[in-house]
Amino acid sequence: MADLSASGMFVPSQTVGTVLCCICGVAMPPNPANMCVRCLRSRVDITEGLTRHAAVVHCPECRSYLQPPRTWIRGLEPESKELLAFCLRRLRLPLRRVRLVHAEFIWTEPHSKRLRLRLRVQAEALHGAILEQSHLVELTVHDRLCDACSRSQANPDQWSAAVQLRQHVSHRRTFFYLEQLILRHSAAARALRIAETDHGLDFFFGSRSHALKFVDFVTGVAPVRSRSDKQLVSHDPKSNLYNYKHTFSVEICPVCREDLICLPPKLANALGNLGPLVLCTKVTNSIALVDPFTLRSAFLDANQFWRSPFKALLTSRQLVEYIVLDVEVESAEVSVGGFRYMLAHAQVARVADFGKNDTMFTIKTHLGHLLNPGDYALGYDLYAANSNDFEIEQHKGLILPEALLVRKSYQEKRSKNRGKARSWKLKSLSMDVDTTSKSRADEEKRNTEYEEFLRDLEENPEMRFNISLYRNKEYQPSEMASTADGEDVPSIPLEELLADLDLSEDEESEEADHMKE
Amino acid sequence: MATRIQFENSCEVGVFSKLTNAYCLVAIGGSENFYSMFEAELADAIPVVKTSIAGTRIIGRLCAGNKNGLLLPHTTTDQELQHLRNSLPDQVVVQRIEERLSALGNCIACNDHVALTHPDLDRETEELIADVLGVEVFRQTIAGNILVGSYCAISNRGGLVHPHTSIEDLDELSTLLQVPLVAGTVNRGSEVIAAGMTVNDWTAFCGSDTTATELSVIESVFKLREARPSSIVDEMRKSLIDSYV
Repeated sequence: MADLSASGMFVPSQTVGTVLCCICGVAMPPNPANMCVRCLRSRVDITEGLTRHAAVVHCPECRSYLQPPRTWIRGLEPESKELLAFCLRRLRLPLRRVRLVHAEFIWTEPHSKRLRLRLRVQAEALHGAILEQSHLVELTVHDRLCDACSRSQANPDQWSAAVQLRQHVSHRRTFFYLEQLILRHSAAARALRIAETDHGLDFFFGSRSHALKFVDFVTGVAPVRSRSDKQLVSHDPKSNLYNYKHTFSVEICPVCREDLICLPPKLANALGNLGPLVLCTKVTNSIALVDPFTLRSAFLDANQFWRSPFKALLTSRQLVEYIVLDVEVESAEVSVGGFRYMLAHAQVARVADFGKNDTMFTIKTHLGHLLNPGDYALGYDLYAANSNDFEIEQHKGLILPEALLVRKSYQEKRSKNRGKARSWKLKSLSMDVDTTSKSRADEEKRNTEYEEFLRDLEENPEMRFNISLYRNKEYQPSEMASTADGEDVPSIPLEELLADLDLSEDEESEEADHMKE
Repeated sequence: MATRIQFENSCEVGVFSKLTNAYCLVAIGGSENFYSMFEAELADAIPVVKTSIAGTRIIGRLCAGNKNGLLLPHTTTDQELQHLRNSLPDQVVVQRIEERLSALGNCIACNDHVALTHPDLDRETEELIADVLGVEVFRQTIAGNILVGSYCAISNRGGLVHPHTSIEDLDELSTLLQVPLVAGTVNRGSEVIAAGMTVNDWTAFCGSDTTATELSVIESVFKLREARPSSIVDEMRKSLIDSYV
C-alpha cells in the first residue's frame, strides 16, 4: 500500500466497518474469529493445559535450587531475574503453542514457602485469532538439603581426601603468597575445610579428584614433591565398593626467594661450575639461581631439585642491614633471566657498627645499578656468620666474602609512614587456626611476617603479577606521601588494584584483615 | 424465514444446494433429511431437484444460476445436463459453458438482475452469463477476495458479504447491485458466506452452527420476515396499481 501511494497511484481509502459479534450481537471491528473478545474469552481458554502448580526443591542451607536431575543452582536471589528464569524453566510451558509475553513475581511471605508468578501468554484461539491472557502459577518451595550440605550437616569433617601442604622453613612467607595465588585462581573453592598447621596448611576435600586437581595446581606454581596414600575406611565385597580416605603429602622445597645457598659440589658441577655461593632470585615451579659474583644464572626444576636437595645456607630472616659508603661500577648493566644486574665494588658497613667502630668491608655486589653512597641495603653477614653447613666444607679452598648484599632497603623511608593504612588490601582464605597451642609471641611473629610479605609485594612488581589486589575503601591518600623527596618508596599504582565487587566477600575479607592486624 | 439445516453433519449447506427464485438444486445425500427440509419449505412454490454435477455433490459451488437460467461447468456429464433440462421449468435456460475456472458457484454471485464475477473469467463466459442469466455483469472483488461467489450471498432484496469488507466497498457493491448490503458472518463466525447459506427472495437456509444473532442479521437484510411467495406478487400488484392509478 505504501509504495502504491508513493508511485502516485490513486488508492481508495478503506474504512474498517463493523460487524456484529456472532454470539452476543455487539458491534465490533471484524477479527479472524468474528467474535468479540469477551465471547472469545468465555469460549476459549488458552491457558488450558498450562501448569498452575509446580514444586521446586530448595536447599535452606546454601540457598540453592535443584535443577533436576541433580544440579544445584546457587545464587538465585528472591524475586531476581535468574530465579524467574529458573521457575519458568521448571514450568515447562508448551512454547510451541503459547507465546510467553510477560512474567513477574507476586510478592509472597518467605515463610509461606510459595513462589507466585503472573504470566501473560498469547495463543491462537480460533481461526487465527490471537488471544492474550494472564495466567497465575503457584510454585511450592520444598526444603531439602542438597548433597553437599547434608553431608556436611551429618559430619562437618567428612572429607575423603586431604592435602597436606608443607614447607620446612622457619617463616610462613611462602604460604602467604600461595594463599593469594589460590584465591586468585579459586583453586581451593572445593575445599571443605582449610586448617593451618605448623610448617604448612591442610586442605580437606570431599572427593579425591578435587584433591588431585588442587595438587596439580600447587605443582604448577611451586617446586614440590608429593606422594599419596590411602586408607581403607570400609568396603563392600559383594558390590565391590571400596571406600578410601586419601592423603596427599605435598612438600614445597625449603629454598625461598633471597636465600643464600651453597650448592653441593656435584650440582655446582652439573650447572657448569656455578657458584657455589648463589642467591635464589625467584621461585615458581622452578628455582632461579644467580651467582652474584659472576652474574651467571641457572634454573632448577622440581625434579632436578629433589634429585639432590639442598638447604639454604642463610635465609632471609638473617639479613643484616648495611650502609653503602662507596660504589664503583665494574661492568655495564646486564639482564639475566628477566632481572637486571650490574656488577660493582662497594664499600659497606653494618648499620649496627656504624659510628661505633671502623669495620668496613669492600665487597663485590650485583646491585650496582641500585646502590648509591649513603643508601641502605640488606645483605648476609658472612663475616660474622657461624655457618655449620655441611656443603661448605666439601668445597676445598672456597673463600667466603665478608658480606653479600641482596637488596636495597627502604626501611628508613618506610618508617615515615609506619602505621598508616595501605591503599590496597588482600583477600584471605578462611582457615581454621588452632589457637590453643599458639602463644602471643607466635601471633606477633606472624603479624610481622605478614607485614613483610605486604612490603615485598609493594617492592616487587613481578611478585604481584599473579595475585589480585583490591582497593581499600577506607584509605585516604595523605599529602605527606606525595611530597616525599626525590626517590619514592615503591608502591602499587592505582591501576593495578581491582574494585571489590562482591559485598559479602568484601566483609569477610575485611574481617579477616582485622584479625591479622 | 431462515431455516437452520445440516448436510450429513456438515454446516456448509451452500456447498450442497443451489437455491433460486425459480428452482432449487439439492445434492444427492446419504439420507433424505436434507432434501426433505427443502421440500417442506419450497415444494408448493418451486421444483426441488436432486442432482449431482460432474459426479460430485458440491453442486452449490460448481453451478451458478438465477430464475432465468442455470450455468453448468464443462465437467458436467451429458446425463446430468439432460436430467436438469428435464426437471427444471421450461423458461429456465440450462447452459453448459467452457470455462477454465470450473467452480462457477465460487466465481459468480448473482441475483435476478446483476452478477458479480471473478476478475479472470473469459470474455465469452461473461457474454454467456449476461445472455443466459439475463443480468448485467461486473467484475469485482469482495474485501480483496477474488472468489466473489464464495464470500457473498445476494438476493433481489438484500445481500450479505464478507465481514472484512470496508464501508467504501459496501457502498460501491450496493450501488452496483441496487440492494442493501451488510457485512456479516454465518455458521458462528465463518466468513465464507455463500458456503454457509443459500438464499432466494423469500427464504434462506443456513448451516446449523449459525447463531441467533447471525440469523437475525440474515433475516433482516434479506427481508425474510414478511416475505412469502405470494407477498411478492402482492407487492408487485400494489406497485402496478400505484403506477396504474
